[in-house]
Amino acid sequence: MADVSQGRSNVPAGGSQTAQTQTISGSKGLDFAEPLIFEMGHAGRVGVDLDDVEVSDDRLNGKRRAEKIGLPDLSEPQVVRHYTRLSQKNYGIDSGFYPLGSCTMKHNPRVNEKLARLPGLGDLHPMQPTSSVQGALELIDSLADWLKTLCGMPAIAMSPAAGAHGELCGMMAIKAAIEARGEGETRKRVLVPESAHGTNPATAAACGFSVDSIPANAQGRVDLAAFKAKLGDDVAGIMLTNPNTCGLFESDIIDIADAIHEAGGYFYCDGANFNAIMGRIRPGDLGIDCMHLNLHKTFSTPHGGGGPGAGPVVLSEALAPFAPLPYVVHGEDGFDLIEHMSDSDAKPFGRLKGFHGQMGVFVRSLAFILSHGADGLLQASSDAVLSANYLRCQLQDDMSVPFEGMCMHEVLFDDTFLQGTDVTTLDFAKAMIDEGFHPMTMYFPLVVHGALLMEPTESESKETLDLYIKTLKGLIEKVKAGDVQLFKNAPVLTPRRRLDETAAARKPVLRWTPPNAEE
Amino acid sequence: MRYLPLTDDNRAEMLAAIGAKSAEDMYCDVPAEALLKAPLDLPFHAGEMEVEKTISALAAKNLSPSSHPSFLGAGAYRHHVPASVDYLIQRGEFLTAYTPYQPEVSQGTLQYLYEFQTQVALLTGMDVANASMYDGATACAEAVLMASRVTRKHRAVLAGGLHPHYRDVTINSTRLLGIELVGPDSDPCRAALASSVIDLIDDKTSCVVVQSPDLFGRIIDLEPIAKAAHAKGALLIAVTTEVISLGLLEAPGNQGADIVVGEGQSLGNSLNFGGPYVGLFATRSKLVRQMPGRVTGQTQDVEGQRGWVLTLSTREQHIRREKATSNICTNSGLCALAFTIHSALLGEEGLSRLARINHANACKLADLLAKVDGVEVLNDSFFNEFTVKLSKNANDVAEALAERGILGGVPVSRLLHDRDDLANMMLIAATECTSDDDMAQLITALTSVLSEVL
Repeated sequence: MADVSQGRSNVPAGGSQTAQTQTISGSKGLDFAEPLIFEMGHAGRVGVDLDDVEVSDDRLNGKRRAEKIGLPDLSEPQVVRHYTRLSQKNYGIDSGFYPLGSCTMKHNPRVNEKLARLPGLGDLHPMQPTSSVQGALELIDSLADWLKTLCGMPAIAMSPAAGAHGELCGMMAIKAAIEARGEGETRKRVLVPESAHGTNPATAAACGFSVDSIPANAQGRVDLAAFKAKLGDDVAGIMLTNPNTCGLFESDIIDIADAIHEAGGYFYCDGANFNAIMGRIRPGDLGIDCMHLNLHKTFSTPHGGGGPGAGPVVLSEALAPFAPLPYVVHGEDGFDLIEHMSDSDAKPFGRLKGFHGQMGVFVRSLAFILSHGADGLLQASSDAVLSANYLRCQLQDDMSVPFEGMCMHEVLFDDTFLQGTDVTTLDFAKAMIDEGFHPMTMYFPLVVHGALLMEPTESESKETLDLYIKTLKGLIEKVKAGDVQLFKNAPVLTPRRRLDETAAARKPVLRWTPPNAEE
Repeated sequence: MRYLPLTDDNRAEMLAAIGAKSAEDMYCDVPAEALLKAPLDLPFHAGEMEVEKTISALAAKNLSPSSHPSFLGAGAYRHHVPASVDYLIQRGEFLTAYTPYQPEVSQGTLQYLYEFQTQVALLTGMDVANASMYDGATACAEAVLMASRVTRKHRAVLAGGLHPHYRDVTINSTRLLGIELVGPDSDPCRAALASSVIDLIDDKTSCVVVQSPDLFGRIIDLEPIAKAAHAKGALLIAVTTEVISLGLLEAPGNQGADIVVGEGQSLGNSLNFGGPYVGLFATRSKLVRQMPGRVTGQTQDVEGQRGWVLTLSTREQHIRREKATSNICTNSGLCALAFTIHSALLGEEGLSRLARINHANACKLADLLAKVDGVEVLNDSFFNEFTVKLSKNANDVAEALAERGILGGVPVSRLLHDRDDLANMMLIAATECTSDDDMAQLITALTSVLSEVL
């Protein structure tokens, strides 16, 4: 999930703290000063030993490269050290608590990495004859079965590459279903709650729909009356996140589903928050027509600094015929792949990406699912929800909870507790970094002021949660004591202090250029 | 359960702290009829050893290209990935980090993305690149959408040699937005490649999409197409599905391309049965504010030290919502890291050598195949992949070769399905992994398969 701090000035208004200990090398102990690879190259070095083959009579149609590319030449030890040092400037879930709301930063088991790299999986070519990849197709089919059963839905599209790509898949299926009814030209409006992830309205727009925003009620949920008032025969569907981005279950969800169906529309559910309900609630029982699952959230595949992900989409009977190509079927001689319209007995809306889907992510997800089993997944959801409620109850007297009652797997605070102090949500988050915690999601959802959205997941011990609570309480004491400068200066213990995002956007420098090429 | 740190007494204590008697109490806002009354009918938890056994058994049912001669390409290529690449990308600080929204504790991710963007810009001959897309096919579709935003025109010309997956994904992404796609049929025997697209460019054309090396392996001269496109106010989108080719071929940016997209899998990333891969997207500086996807920029911190942040986010969905340049959020960060480490290891000299070895092996293989009865090599030009016309149905030949433990080539009909004229054609690739012995095995097996009655 995105936070919305980009574009707003990140630089404190006051002066910077005095410079820390200066060193001759620029490195500070384990915090190394590391140049760009382009500043480290030296002709004559190489990091891979390859024969110097000359191709005298090449067959390149006269398009042989005339000039050098400009890549730096480095040896293997330099490369290994460079990336090791860069890694040390990063915070990961392996490093510490990462309560980033809507992102489900849970433990990434290493056995999953090992299995994804097995010969016969990691090295399979996507265009091998299907007879030579029966195990791979069985794996996809098996994961598909688990996901369909967990969701109580009859069909699934496995190929979407990420959550937003899954949204695209779901909305395209809805578009295809509406077109099949002959209403493609009339049903062009999609209802999206104002608390939705930014990808929701962006996806609806990418499918040629107009976006109509639905307000929230005082309980942080869809205003049912306002929603119903917006229904009409030009509505294609609703895109709703459940549990929603305020960390709350949409208690009117069955009424919402009934109403949208009655109006002739479809129900897209953003499944980013499925971690709250695995094994306890099936989206199919709520009247949902399609929902993407973020395998890189709920099913623990590593986020990898922003991907890759996978976003399979479960589909209702109504939308199943429109699932995209390709898909796995049980054929006469084992598993088969349907890759072409003319081989399909359904009505696929088209193709979403190259080849068959994020297989490397599927292997990791299936390993995670098999490890937990039905009992473990249910327990994981319960623990995630319990941990979020524990944070809520322990912090609600010190911070401000905009919506009362039980939360799901994430808990939302607003910045009322900071009002009149000069300390902003951003300042507060930056001070958490100095305390060794990754901040929560900030300024999202947009429905409350200065949002702080915390998602602890099931991966944290009570000791970690208690230390986090104690730390936040201690920081709040400092806010109350008027120690504003501490927050304005933070972080001070990181490889870099606050960075000037405004300058970065105003005059973008998006690549390295050789010194003599600079203007 | 080994992944869950909370114990039963922790849970009891925490439930008491939140005023709940049981886990069910936390779901009090859920309609009662939606709560499952019994556990789902699915297997229960399993130990690490058991899970390894289950998944290894599935792996064992597949024919592994690592231990069998393989000549498969068509947009995904087997290359040797140095061991240090896979070691480094598995460092937990890279592997388990989220998108770098807190730059002070994400300088590692941000710096490598900046290095990645620079490498992609250098390889493609462009000014700037983004921090990756899902894959080459989705990058191609995004480029066509971007061309319409830039030119405010809505007809794209797709060259016949564009990979059918790229074409289909582009059709799917543009159809609902009223963008018309035109182009000649795919034909490996057509001679006048440039004129087949140049003739279709007119004042309504937003862009021309040309892949080189194309689906059939042919190397296309982009310059006359760029000139024709620019004369009508259209952009040239150059596509490459084999990024190693840029080590030996003229960069598309030096041939007039306005946007270059491609598949970056060949550098650092294993085949993974088709994903995850890494889409490359590069363009000119003046078009950067219409570019989709995340991008990293250089800046300074409050102490004046150089650092990096995600920037130009006012193009993106989390700020612009329905007015964003794309709905993309998650991309291929870790695959981009593998790409950038492999590129750093190769450097200028290494990439050039790697590209030359690929081309030399493909030349050798093409010459060997040309001598086999029933095989005709169709290409005049190629990099590491070319098209052959066989005396028998290519699908049947591929199956017969697989039975002999050889992954022989991709039947063109696997990609262009309903074309009887292409039924006997096969795409054959050679890389640095292709040994003389692999080639000899293919020649022997192919000779035998083509002479038998199938």
